[in-house]
Amino acid sequence: MLDTVPSSHPRTGAADEPVIKLAVLAVGGQGGGVLADWITDVAERNGYVAQSTSVAGVAQRTGATIYYIEMARDTGRMPIFALSPSQGDVDILIAAELMEAGRAIIRGFVTPNRTTLITSSHRIAAVSEKIEPGDGRASSSKVHATAEAAARRFIAFDMEKIAADNGSMISASLLGALAGSDALPFTRESYEQAIGAGGRGVKASLAAFGASHDRVRGTAAAPQATEPKGGEAGLGPTGKISGPQSLLQGWQALAARVGALPEPVRDMALRGLRKVVDYQDAAYGREYVDRLDKAVALDSADLAFALSIAAAKHLANAMCYDDMIRVADLKTRSTRDTRVRREVGVKAGSILQVTEYFHPRIEEFCGTLPANLGLYVENRPKLAAFLDRRINHGRRIRTDSFAGFAALWFIGGLRRWRRGLLRHKVEVAHMERWYALALGYVPADYALAVEILNCRRLIKGYSDTHVRAQSKFDRVLSALDLLKGRADAADWIRRLREMALKDEKGDLLDGALKTVATL
Amino acid sequence: MAERSFAKEVEKLRLGAGEEFAGEGILAITKALLQCGVGYVGGYQGAPISHLMDVLADAQDILGELGVHFEASASEATATAMLAASVHYPIRGAATFKSTVGTNVASDALANLASGGVTGGALIIVGEDYGEGSSIMQERSHAFAMKSQVWLLDPRPNLPSIVKAVEDGFELSEISNTPVMLQVRIRCCHVHGHFTAKDNKRPAMTVADALNAPRRDTARIVLPPASFLHEKEKIQKRWPAAVDFIRSRKINEIFGPDHGSVGIVMQGGMYNSVIRALQRLGLADTYGDTDVPLYVLNAVYPLIDDEFLSFCEGKQSVLVVEEGQPNYIEQAFSSMLHKSGRGTRIVGKEHLPMAGEYTGQVMLDGIGSFLRAEAPHLLPGEVRAPNKVGDGVDTADLINVVPGRPPGFCIGCPERPIFAATKLVEEELGKHHIASDIGCHLFSIMPPFELGATTMGYGLGPASASAFNSPDAKRRSISFVGDGGFWHNGLTSSIGNAVFNKNDGVIVIVDNFYSAATGGQDILSSRAGNKTKSTKHPITEAVKGMGVKWLRHVDNTYDVGKMQDTLREALTTEEKGPKVIVASSECMLNRQRREKPLVDKAIKGGERVVKPKFGVDEDICTGDHACMRLSGCPSLSVKSLDDPLRDDPVASIDQNCVGCGNCGEVADAAVLCPSFYRADVVHNPSRWDRFLESARRATISLLQRRRESRRLTFADA
Repeated sequence: MLDTVPSSHPRTGAADEPVIKLAVLAVGGQGGGVLADWITDVAERNGYVAQSTSVAGVAQRTGATIYYIEMARDTGRMPIFALSPSQGDVDILIAAELMEAGRAIIRGFVTPNRTTLITSSHRIAAVSEKIEPGDGRASSSKVHATAEAAARRFIAFDMEKIAADNGSMISASLLGALAGSDALPFTRESYEQAIGAGGRGVKASLAAFGASHDRVRGTAAAPQATEPKGGEAGLGPTGKISGPQSLLQGWQALAARVGALPEPVRDMALRGLRKVVDYQDAAYGREYVDRLDKAVALDSADLAFALSIAAAKHLANAMCYDDMIRVADLKTRSTRDTRVRREVGVKAGSILQVTEYFHPRIEEFCGTLPANLGLYVENRPKLAAFLDRRINHGRRIRTDSFAGFAALWFIGGLRRWRRGLLRHKVEVAHMERWYALALGYVPADYALAVEILNCRRLIKGYSDTHVRAQSKFDRVLSALDLLKGRADAADWIRRLREMALKDEKGDLLDGALKTVATL
Repeated sequence: MAERSFAKEVEKLRLGAGEEFAGEGILAITKALLQCGVGYVGGYQGAPISHLMDVLADAQDILGELGVHFEASASEATATAMLAASVHYPIRGAATFKSTVGTNVASDALANLASGGVTGGALIIVGEDYGEGSSIMQERSHAFAMKSQVWLLDPRPNLPSIVKAVEDGFELSEISNTPVMLQVRIRCCHVHGHFTAKDNKRPAMTVADALNAPRRDTARIVLPPASFLHEKEKIQKRWPAAVDFIRSRKINEIFGPDHGSVGIVMQGGMYNSVIRALQRLGLADTYGDTDVPLYVLNAVYPLIDDEFLSFCEGKQSVLVVEEGQPNYIEQAFSSMLHKSGRGTRIVGKEHLPMAGEYTGQVMLDGIGSFLRAEAPHLLPGEVRAPNKVGDGVDTADLINVVPGRPPGFCIGCPERPIFAATKLVEEELGKHHIASDIGCHLFSIMPPFELGATTMGYGLGPASASAFNSPDAKRRSISFVGDGGFWHNGLTSSIGNAVFNKNDGVIVIVDNFYSAATGGQDILSSRAGNKTKSTKHPITEAVKGMGVKWLRHVDNTYDVGKMQDTLREALTTEEKGPKVIVASSECMLNRQRREKPLVDKAIKGGERVVKPKFGVDEDICTGDHACMRLSGCPSLSVKSLDDPLRDDPVASIDQNCVGCGNCGEVADAAVLCPSFYRADVVHNPSRWDRFLESARRATISLLQRRRESRRLTFADA
């Protein structure tokens, strides 16, 4: 790559009129065009000539898009402006989403000692990030860290939230950050005039613009970061508990048992306990703590109680398997109604109607029968198929209507008999096998035992997805025989689990298993 | 109705002499057409020239006042064939389309038009969709100009230059009796700038005048012996006339010093990037004053031999900046120099890449490399021997982090459920050969659907599956075509062909009521009324008329179950011949643009309005993301829970959800999970609504209180 020199008049060598180069990277649909128009307008209001250009077309359909503006003081002669940004030749880079800032850096549009990089720190996950069965999201911290080093000045905060809070679009808060940064030699008033000239949603745009501007100037404080997990913010394991006195007393006793656990285990154990008691009842909570105690007994402070913490987490998840009863119970709680109203934004005077989507199959039906009866049906394929034809249909249930609500309320009420139902027997047996398997490894390979516990993460989803998840779980653990006696067995199980979370069918996992077979 | 209203832009078309026009490049061209007294305009929409069509479609009043006929042509071939009006009559006409895809379609008409030649100016404005942001194969329109011998203008990318190119183009066409192509690149079409307007001109002869006084001239018709004479006339008469015009009117421009040991020749469209490179090398100032002699080809075909040779006078070497390949211009110049026995060396693709867009960096590297090799004395010391400073940042890591973001289906797109259903059917019946077409539905090839093996051209999806018709096969092919492609070419080339050849495959016609990918223009089957066009012609009727016997119409694509059943039936039925499914639902982008203001107004006005939105119960969602693998909706995304017990992010639906229904339908059809719910908010409820609501809430909260008084309730649970 050639280095370039600051331009001066080629003949006379006199100082030249500098050109300011500004690029906007956005995701299609974010209103990048509006922002580019505003910036061009601001420049012209300030006695500059400006040129903006873009690549529209299908790129606008949710893909990454780019807008480019050049401007220079108006001297009466028309400058020759470029139509697209060049690597190492951008003064101001505005990104409307964090990964787009990352993309700008990769494309070379951000130069140390030169570029002011303004980005909203919020994320819009790309399709590739969303479709992984695990957590496929890109690392934001890596972009932040690189941006700090790559830009002359790096301004990043959640401008999407500022826009939403003010009932506006992100283009307004991005413009506010640009104005606040003083990267362009223009007054705040001229920016506001440009917004005003736009004509639509001016008040909200100005509010978002102002909030963002003041945030950059430091005249508006950054919002306090929300308390990290486990704090006293009320959402942690110390959140309020209410209920009849007798049950509360039972709870106190259970909580006391968790309180007596080694300190590092307590937080996770208390969360787990709340989950299982909420799922079933206090007796179920007792079972949870009893099981957990087995891991704690084998554990030691030298190993930071990793085994017990993993057990506390995954036991709770295993015991709270997702059955029809749980779904019905969760969907009929008053807290759920409150949450939906908040999320949907139902204003006073409006009415909310909620439709639920259910698609029960014979498997779910049998699981909700008493164990013997359920097995009876399952063992008779013709009968099962006959019943399945009647059951296996999509059902839309209106939980704002009494009949719909009552139906789910009734199913939620089957909780009392859950222990006698087929699904419970199956789940408990599966859990016991897994738990015993893990604990059995503790003396020989502590790390491996922890990894086996962690494999519980693989089990999720409903119906076919659940079956597939079970199969991945089994496939990962099938490697245990192959890995017998290896010092890196725990590492391999972890790797296999990560592979299993990468794709839907577990093709990567199968590939990795083949590798394991060759060890 | 197009995606945008162009009412504001239409007003710009009325500007008079001396007034300043401010706006997009493509609109400047539109205005220039009217200033030139154009008599008729046709074209086919597509980036980057859609706005030309959209603005004229909205400008019927002005066009009517001027006596200008405007058509949204059925295809690029239609638009070019329309230029036949300029063959016998001195009427200026213009056609416009995206290139090279449009030029491919147009080339039959183009070749015939070019053979007979024209009397009135015929201008073809091609939006050269090349480089970043392009959605098509990377080719050059240049080849079409050469093969049919039509002249090609490639003006410098600023508004005054492209407006002048329109004026020059018409004159050139008339003087040389040859159609002229005006090539504008994507960014030039979308560049915002200014130019001083002139008054609009009424055509000297309108199409009405021509109709009232018909003319004919056998010598202009492409049939022997005239066709043989046409070829000779091209060379003996039209070419010299064009060369004379370009030379005498100084269409090509020369910048920089009169003398120098090196020079740069470029396509006009490359001028700004060349200047930028020179600026960065310290050889030009902000206004383009430069130390290097520049020869700017605003007309890239034909080339003017003596003009070029005189530019080479006294120069050791000349760099040709020619984007794309093959490098026709460089080859032509090399040949000129060789034949003239001059010593000047021509270089081009040695310093610049043979293929790909000439971005700022490519240009800087290429011109820098040329000058260091041929004229190092010109370069400032710091460029010639730079003290290399590190760029500072290592982005290698970042490349693995930042995800790709290709375009995809919009929020609530009615095509999403069609492909969700296809994916589900494939899970049942196995993989099939799937042929795709051009249009938004081509996004199916990308994750999460990854459906479709080829795309062979607009309306050619089913045609491209025509070989897959074998009695020995156990599976049928599936092919897709959009409503835009269907009317453009698909009805005959795809459907007619399948009927005639007894193709046994399944054809899905994706009907979203518009030519959606190009900006939502109306087409024959659009369901909205259109003042100047005839719409509401059902695709199903056309398909039946073609002789298709097995035809199903799914009039609500969001019904994933029905879509799935219909596809399954099509793939498994005993019936022979093409199985055609017309899947219809309105493009959500257009629907929202139309309905949203009405809904907002109704709510404000106190009318009862039900607004749907989807949501996810985060405690029921297990974070498997199976729903997203059947959706990819921008509104449906992942969210971390503030709960250490949960490892994976759960599904979450943001405020942009339009409640299309896909999430619920897919959850049902694919038997995914019960986490989704649809929340219908009834704004301004009636008295009956309110009564029902209070009764329901009373009974429901009774049940809730009863249960919650007998259990422990955790505040965060």
